[in-house]
Amino acid sequence: MKEIPEYEKDLASIRNMMERSVKFISLSGMSGVLSGIYAILGAIAAYFMVHYPISPFNQRVYSINDAETLSQLTLIAIVVLTASLVTGFLFSSRKARKYNEKLWNATTKKLLINLCIPLFTGGFFILILLYTGHFGVAAPASLIFYGLALIQGSANMYDEVRYLGFCEIVLGLVSALFPGYGLIFWVMGFGILHVVYGTIMHNKYDR
Amino acid sequence: MKNIFESLDKILENRARLQIMSVLVSNDSYDFNSLKELLNSTDGHLASHMKALEKEKYISINKSFVERKPNTKYKATAKGIAAFKKHLDALEALVKQQK
Repeated sequence: MKEIPEYEKDLASIRNMMERSVKFISLSGMSGVLSGIYAILGAIAAYFMVHYPISPFNQRVYSINDAETLSQLTLIAIVVLTASLVTGFLFSSRKARKYNEKLWNATTKKLLINLCIPLFTGGFFILILLYTGHFGVAAPASLIFYGLALIQGSANMYDEVRYLGFCEIVLGLVSALFPGYGLIFWVMGFGILHVVYGTIMHNKYDR
Repeated sequence: MKNIFESLDKILENRARLQIMSVLVSNDSYDFNSLKELLNSTDGHLASHMKALEKEKYISINKSFVERKPNTKYKATAKGIAAFKKHLDALEALVKQQK
């Protein structure tokens, strides 16, 4: 028979094991803030490439067709994505080391699979949209599928990710009602929401 | 008070085994090496606990090979989940009583 404090420790260790075996807790809030900032910078660059000098709040009725602009936009997208992934990886591995955890474990694997299914579905769907000339709904679709991926993955992350997912979906649906404002909604969804979410998470868990 | 102590599970009074069951209850299945990492345990230490849990039929084992390496997956059985819940309730009741 053990003493009562020992039973309290038992209970604490159950909670700890359940959380650590299910949730990927190494994701850092700061990397969310930074990836939001990258997205905003990327959008600013894209704005100067495509819209300028028209105000960003004007509706865009024309599509970009020339190959040079398209390849430059693709380059921006790839740079933003790579920078976000690298930042996420660096910050997470640092946080994992701090908590004496391995970054690559059974939970991370599960999380990645869960995230990849909606993300790849969405990715292919958007490529098909672009290929068939439905440019107006490509940006809303990316927000919606990203939101769905977050909700799917939230089972293996902090619960707050779920709310971020809902916000992205709502934003995506609203953006579908306003074709031609894709860039603005992108800045809100991938930029501002990430900064807000990352700041909240950083203050709540990383301090 | 005495009743509560009696409803504690003898097998799960061991903290390592309790931790193993917490992982298996909250996940579909878990493999040996991931468990070892999570618990910061050694092969022999973990294996002996797994054997004890298996003997009680608290867990089921599925052995297979992944890239020619043995891969052992464990699942909590219905009996194991029930025992874990009962033990958890008893722990909570004990701690609550103390306060």
